[in-house]
Amino acid sequence: MKLVIIDYGAGNIKSIQFAFKRLGFDAVLSNNIDEIKAAEKVIFPGVGEASSAMKMLKESGLEKLIPTLKQPVLGICLGMQLMCNSSEEGNTKGLGIFNVDVKKFSNSVKVPQMGWNVISDLKSDLFKGIKNKEFMYLVHSFYAENCKESIATTDYEIQYASALQKNNFYGVQFHPEKSGVEGAKILQNFLNL
Amino acid sequence: MLTKRIIPCLDIKNGRTVKGVNFVNLIDAGDPVVLAKQYAELGADELVFLDISATLEGRKTMREMVLKVAEQVNIPFTVGGGISSIEDVDILLKCGADKVSINSSAVKRPELVNELADKFGSQCVVVAIDAKQIGKEWIVHLAGGTVATELNLFDWAKEVEKRGAGEILFTSMNNDGTKAGFANKALAKLSTELNIPIIASGGAGTVQHFIDTFVEGKSDAALAASVFHFGEIPILELKAALKKNNIPVRL
Repeated sequence: MKLVIIDYGAGNIKSIQFAFKRLGFDAVLSNNIDEIKAAEKVIFPGVGEASSAMKMLKESGLEKLIPTLKQPVLGICLGMQLMCNSSEEGNTKGLGIFNVDVKKFSNSVKVPQMGWNVISDLKSDLFKGIKNKEFMYLVHSFYAENCKESIATTDYEIQYASALQKNNFYGVQFHPEKSGVEGAKILQNFLNL
Repeated sequence: MLTKRIIPCLDIKNGRTVKGVNFVNLIDAGDPVVLAKQYAELGADELVFLDISATLEGRKTMREMVLKVAEQVNIPFTVGGGISSIEDVDILLKCGADKVSINSSAVKRPELVNELADKFGSQCVVVAIDAKQIGKEWIVHLAGGTVATELNLFDWAKEVEKRGAGEILFTSMNNDGTKAGFANKALAKLSTELNIPIIASGGAGTVQHFIDTFVEGKSDAALAASVFHFGEIPILELKAALKKNNIPVRL
């Protein structure tokens, strides 16, 4: 299977590549539009700041490409947030794939949320074999609001969308590549889609 | 609910663990990759690798180790020791480290915290603070507690939070190595006055100490070395005890 991880200079891509390698798949890192288009599955990672990541996507032409992809696409962490309408982080527009806005946690909780929390209300084949309230590793200061496109929710200050889906587009706020055996199952499920 | 984290810490010199480790059924107790995998399987929530090599060669070996750990371990890990520039951090993150921890380099040049947070995001910047209680004051120390600074623990912690640290790893030099419990009063003050996660370090000896640091110390995570390495406190048993005491853990 041709699996591409979009490499636009944001984040810890190595961990995702290694996680797929542990599943027996070689993922290619690429920012080449033709190569991404031709992939069977696409991973859209991201760690860092939203507005500067959007800038990098614009400069590389990926901003226009990503919403037009037809194969299964999985956004991880900031990748998922960038697939939303907008983010309060740097007040930036997003790719507008998911019809939801990204907001900042208030100071009534520690920010960033860092560590293992549970995912509930699981609604997609992405979570096949994953039990309700399974633990996943999260590190984030901003969150997507709970919405129609939620396929998992998590509680931290409020109940928010910890995973989203629209057609061939999937997004997870947590890091499946760092969430032990259960996280690896989710990556395998994505490959099986 | 976000759970409290249990974090084993491994001291690494020239790519090998230095403190004695006494695990059951372990082929090579000096191999950090083997140990890290075992800890991940035994319920550790995160790992910290502290590079205590003093040489350039040792640092290079550390990078190779980080790459191997990232390749084989499926939980997050932090790398600390001898990190003093954006380039150092860039290499470690590219090798697959999730977070880096800086200590004396931040004291020497506090702007480093801003630079790292801007470039890589706060989520991967852990500031480690070693402090000693002298009289009524907590004074920040360097070089394993041997060199006192002018800095007050709480002022310094607040400053690095403002500069963009995503987490504080506080080691009490008074408690470290005593196995008499964590410095919970200071930890609770940090946790209340700051709005980023606080990792407690120094003093773990019994299961009760962990319960105390989460309840009285309001810590978000607890780090320890020898009680885990020598199997004195199996992590799964520790977590079961925490759960029994209504402390949220991943179990």
